[in-house]
Formats: sequence, C-alpha cells, structure tokens
Amino acid sequence: MTASAQSHDLPLHRVTSRRRLGPLTWAACALSAFLCLSNPSFANKANDTLGMAYDQAPENIDPYFNNVRIGVIIAANVWDTLIYRDPVTNEYRGQLAKSWKQIDPRTLEFELREGIKFHNGEAFDADSVVFTLNYVSDPANKATTQANVRWIEKVEKIDQFKVRIISKAPFPAAIDYLATTLAIHPAKYYKEVGPAGMNAKPVGSGPYKIIEYIPGKSVTLERNANYFKDSPKSAGKIGKVKIRFIPDRQTQMAEVMSGGEDLIMHVPKDQAEKLKSLPHLQVLSGNTMRIVFLQMNSRDGAPAPELKDIRVRKAIAHAIDREAILKNIVGGGELINTICTPSQVGCSSDGATVYKYDPALSKKLLAEAGFANGLTLDLMAYRERQQTEAMINYLQAVGIKTKLGFMQYAAMRDLARANKTAITHQTWGSNLVNDLSASTPHYFGGGGDDVSRDPEVIALLNKGDSTVDPEERKKTYNKALVLISEKAYALPLWSLPVYYVANKDLNFKPYHDELVRFWEMNWK
Amino acid sequence: MLAYLVKRLGLAVLVALTVSVIAYLLLYLSGDPALAIAGEGASQADIDLIRKTYGFDQPLIVQYGDWLLKLLRGDLGVSMYFKTDVASLIFSKLSTTLLLAVYALTVALAISVPLGVLAAIYKNSWIDRLCLAVAVVGQSMPNFFFALILIMLFSISWRLLPVSGSGTWQHFVMPAITLGYYAAPAFMRLIRAGMIEVLSADYIRTARAKGLPTRTVIFKHALRNAIVPVVALAAVQLGFLLGGSIVIETIFALDGLGYLAYQSITFKDYPVTQIIVLLLSVIYILLTLASDIANAWLDPRIRVA
Repeated sequence: MTASAQSHDLPLHRVTSRRRLGPLTWAACALSAFLCLSNPSFANKANDTLGMAYDQAPENIDPYFNNVRIGVIIAANVWDTLIYRDPVTNEYRGQLAKSWKQIDPRTLEFELREGIKFHNGEAFDADSVVFTLNYVSDPANKATTQANVRWIEKVEKIDQFKVRIISKAPFPAAIDYLATTLAIHPAKYYKEVGPAGMNAKPVGSGPYKIIEYIPGKSVTLERNANYFKDSPKSAGKIGKVKIRFIPDRQTQMAEVMSGGEDLIMHVPKDQAEKLKSLPHLQVLSGNTMRIVFLQMNSRDGAPAPELKDIRVRKAIAHAIDREAILKNIVGGGELINTICTPSQVGCSSDGATVYKYDPALSKKLLAEAGFANGLTLDLMAYRERQQTEAMINYLQAVGIKTKLGFMQYAAMRDLARANKTAITHQTWGSNLVNDLSASTPHYFGGGGDDVSRDPEVIALLNKGDSTVDPEERKKTYNKALVLISEKAYALPLWSLPVYYVANKDLNFKPYHDELVRFWEMNWK
Repeated sequence: MLAYLVKRLGLAVLVALTVSVIAYLLLYLSGDPALAIAGEGASQADIDLIRKTYGFDQPLIVQYGDWLLKLLRGDLGVSMYFKTDVASLIFSKLSTTLLLAVYALTVALAISVPLGVLAAIYKNSWIDRLCLAVAVVGQSMPNFFFALILIMLFSISWRLLPVSGSGTWQHFVMPAITLGYYAAPAFMRLIRAGMIEVLSADYIRTARAKGLPTRTVIFKHALRNAIVPVVALAAVQLGFLLGGSIVIETIFALDGLGYLAYQSITFKDYPVTQIIVLLLSVIYILLTLASDIANAWLDPRIRVA
C-alpha cells in the first residue's frame, strides 16, 4: 500500500458520507415493493383445497406401476377395487362388486355393480375387470408390484356384470389383495393408452379424480361429484386436494407451520411433539402394519456360528427391554410376540414363547453356551437407527458387543441373501395386505430372505398359504409361529407408529394401514 | 498458443473420461443394482430378469464401454424411475436450475459489488471490518442452515414468502439469497483488492485532479477496471452455483436439476444420477477450460508456463 493511495481515502470518505442515506432508502423501497407484491397462495379451508406434502414422488401414478406409499394413498382415493376392507373391523364389503362367492379352491366369482362410470365417462362392467387384471398379471407387461398380481392365472367374463378370477393355486389371501391393491381401470381407455398414458392422464372411478399431475412435483385431485352412492367409501367432502412432493422433512414442517400445507405424515416423534405447541396445528398418531424384529442368522456357513446355538439366540432375546424401548423411543405402536402384523388373517401369538427382559438369565444362557466373557456379533440395520442403538446398549450390558453396519435396505438384503449377516434389524410392511401370507413366509418360508431355513417351519407355512379352510389355515400358521418363537430364530419387537401433523381446521382420522382417506375428511 | 490449447484440451478430455468412469461406478455404490431396482418384496426371478434386462450380468468393462458409446451417440439412457428418457427429463429441469443460478449470481453481485467497493473506500475502518464480517459469515455458514433461518423469518414468522415450490418469482427469492450470499464473499474480496489497487493508480489521481466528481471517479474509472477479473470468476462461480443448488433445490423443493439429482439418488435411479454427475462435471471442466484459454490469450506468460 503506497502513501499516495492512503492519502486519497480522506476526500472519498467525505463525499460518500453525504450519500449514506442512499442504500437505506433503496432497502426501504425494495421492502415496501416486496410487501406489496408478495402474496404467497396457500392451500387451506378458505380455498376448500387441502394441501398435503409428501417426501417421495411416485414413478408412475398407475397403481400397478409404483411401489411407494403415496402411490397407494392416491390409488385408494382415485380408483376403486372390487372389494372394500373396513379399516376398523377388517370386514370385507362389496365395492365395485355387489357380491362374490368361492366356486372352487382356485375360483372366485363376482357379481358386479351396474351404473358406475369412470371419470372419463366410460361405463364400468366385466370388461374393465377382465382387461385390467389380465393385463397387469401378465409378467410381460412388467407391473412393478408383481407380488400383488402374480397369483392370478386368468380372469374370465361370464356376462356383462359377472366375472371369475382363477388363481394359479388355492390362494385364500386373494380377497385381501382384491380389497387393497388391485384397482380397476376403464378397459377401453387402458387398452388404448397403457400404463404410460394412464400416468399422463390418470382415469379411475374413485371419490376423487386427478385434474393435474406434474411428475415429481405435484398431483391435484378434485372431488368426483358423480361418485356412486352405494360405495362403502363415501363421496369426497373437500373440493380439492393438492399433494406436493417435498423431499426435505424440515421444509415440510416449515410448510405446515407457516400454513402453506395442511397435512404431513411420517413426522419423527420428537419433532411431532414440538409441533403440538403451535395453536393452529394438531398432532395425531396411529399404529401401522409395519412390524419390527431382530432376525438371527443360523444358517450353515453364516459369519456368526455362535447364533446356531439356541442359547445364544435366547440370550439375545432376554437381553433387550422391549417395553422400555417401545415406551421411550418408539412412542406408539404395540409390542408383538410373533413375526406378523397382529391384524393379519392367520396372525396370532397363542402359545408363542415370550421372551421377558431378564439380563441375569441372558448372562446365564451365554455362560452355558460358553460365552461367559461375552462375544462380538455384527448387527445390520437400515432405518430407525435410534431403535437399533438402544438395542445395542442392552446387548452390550449382558456382554454382547456389536459392530453396527447401517446401510441402504437393498444393500442389507443383498448381504442377507448372500448369507453374510449375523443379526439384522428388520422391518416389514406387508404391502398393505392384511393376511399372514404377505409377512411371515417372506422371512421363514425358505426364500432368499429366510436365514433360519427350518424345514418344519417352511412346510407349515407352505401348507398354510394354500389351505382354504380358515380354521385349519389359522392352526397351521399358528404352529409355524409358535415354532419360530420357541427356536428364537427372530425376536419380535413392535409395530411402528406413524405421526401426522395437520391443520386444526381439518377433521382427520389416522388408520393402521397408513392410508390417508381424503374422502372421509372435512373442514371443521 | 496451439500447443498450449491442445495440451489443455487433452487434459480436459482425460478429466472428463475419469469422471465418466466414476459416474458409471456409482451404479455399484450400494451393492447389487438389480436388487436395488427390484425393491422390497421382489422375488429372485424378478431380480434375475432385471439383471438380464439392464445387462448387469455382463463384465464391468463391457457395461462401461456400452454406456460410454451410447453417451457419445447422444443416447443418455432411460430413467429407471420415471421411465422417460434421461435427456428430456434433464432438459425439462434445466431451466429452473439455470434461472436459480442466474438469480443467485445477481444476488451475489448485488451484495459483493457495493460491499467490496465500500470496503475498499473505507479501507481498514470499521466499515471495512463490517464488510469482512458479512463475508466471513456468508462463507462459513452452511447454506442449508441459512436457508432454514430465512424460512423461519420470512415464511413462518412474517408469512411473506412461500416456503417451497417453483410456481412464482416469490419462490425463487429465498433460494437465490441463500445461494447468492454463499457465493458473494469470493467476489467481494476480489473487488475490494482490485479497487484498492486501482484507486492508488496514477490515472485515478489524474482523474481526480481534473476535478471529476468522486462518484464518477469511483464508478466510471475505478470500478470498471477493478471488475474485469470478477467477470472471469463469475463464469466459474456459475458452475459452482449449478452444482451447489442440489441442497438448496431440495430444501426449497424447487423442481430443477438439483432436485432431480436428489430424487434420483433417493430412488436409486442410476441412469439419471450418472448423467447429472457427468453433466455438472463437464460444465465445470468446460468453464475452467474456457477461463484457462481466455487467460492464456490475455497473458502470453501463461502459455509457456
């Protein structure tokens, strides 16, 4: 810096100081202009538009071509299924079907309702059912949710309002699939446009119709004024519903706090509780179908041969205070004693071994197994890390050190299928299906995810899957569940709760299937 | 100059190729991609089918070679999630991101030019220190944190601006301020240094001796010269703003390239992730190359170095 340069500073100071008000005046002008022009539009009661924010966008609005929760929610509001499952009593009622009967173990016959119209005016009849179900169950059409449709062999038209659905093998869970995930499309339109066209311009028959869909960004529904009166779902009461896909949880919370959105779900418990203090918000929680359990790999050649010893598995089960974790960390949900969702047909815990929290017994069992000085095991997990960490602390207290591997679900499953896991912290949502065949067999039926491979359990589950007599089926499944618990192949933990934060103006009720039923909602 | 040009160009191609290898290997970052695509509840048959359909059963080098050849032919692939071709998907999101980058650059310049000039004029005074403090805060504060502060103030407390979305110009105010403020300090330092140097030059003394108003001296004679390196920096910063918008677009749910990048990572939509990583890297490489060539053209000493 030269002396001459410094000598210039003084006059410049003086001159500019006369203009000091300049920037302030500018700022004031800008702020006033901003206040005048800024008018963020909010979805709310005044506009009769319910705003909901969700973190994931469906890849395709067609219910058969996405597998995200918001896709299931949109499907339930925009499309109808043949049967309706009451979310409280779990009873089945006719929706698009008037009645149905079992013709033989593989055949169901449906009498369809007449006079129902799709959103585009096309009439509903046997062709709608035949084309939709035959199309989506054909593997060549690559439906994303294959698990929901692969049991269907074919669908036949008997007359204009009568169809038969034939399954590949006796499939008692068919009714539940037909009541939850198998939406019916307008045949003529679907034949013409296919899944891509259905995504571009979705058409259903449900209480809401889609009026705008911007992939990855938002979907806007409007009340279907012509919704059929006999439906077990009621007609919608709120005029419009706009679902926006906002990936960031904090942003979603800011949206409900500022009144930009009216409803968000899957809010972490601690954050939901903080939002309770805001006068314009209500926090609701509900149990869900998603169950949580610790799976212990006892297969040959697994990395932790210690787990082949039933005493070690039982020691792990007795080491964890499930009730304390459920109360303090999970905050909602319920304890489970068998590996299935309690509401599922075939799920029971009668006669199952329940492992009480007993660290002394746990240590004794470990000592008997030859691990008086403790042992080290890998524990892998992919979600609800706080719960995993709480269990790690309990295991540590009885001398079981764990090495935590926290990863993506796909990576964890990859390792489990390659027989490279020891203990895994699993969760399973059953894809909404309220039948045991959608849960327990996935982990104990001898498939890729089965890390116990007990032939007796596998045989019982296979038998249960194809037994038509309900009582016999329940008994068979129960035997499998009792055996799994006796052998401590897995430790059943709890079902997960879900927290919703909603505008207080909204009448909203959460259900255990995590379906948001817009048609039931109204403004207070 | 030609030798230098060839050397720089060759280097840029090598860097781009290296990035393309890394981008391709992203596919295998979280285990078997076929399993990842199949999702929860898929059967072994589904997974095998996916593996065959996408060619994951081929040796890695063959997969990479095929992918690169297709890229060079302009076939960017198909999004596994949105089931549309990646090129049109990216193209549809590009305008939002470019708009945000331009707004952010404007904010950055609107903050840095006056503050840089002020800091130079009031060199070593409390005003200079204050400007320095503003710069340090902007540079060191994580932009997602600053974004949340803005949301708290402007959306929750005062309810002046919408929290998220990209429907109106109001939706761009907070994201542009957040990104712009983060980019401003680099400009501010350059302007301050440039202004201090220029203000001590002989021609400024001459200008003032002629009796020109101080405003004219500062803005017409001094700033015009001090701002030249800022223009070069702005080009490079634009690359940074395009890349840096991933976090900001996600927070503000702005439907641009950054948001698409986030979605593609979440849904393990590898074809999209790969192309975005490659595209942002290539933009960076091109901007750096352009800046190198421009500098070499202006300053012959660089060409021989």
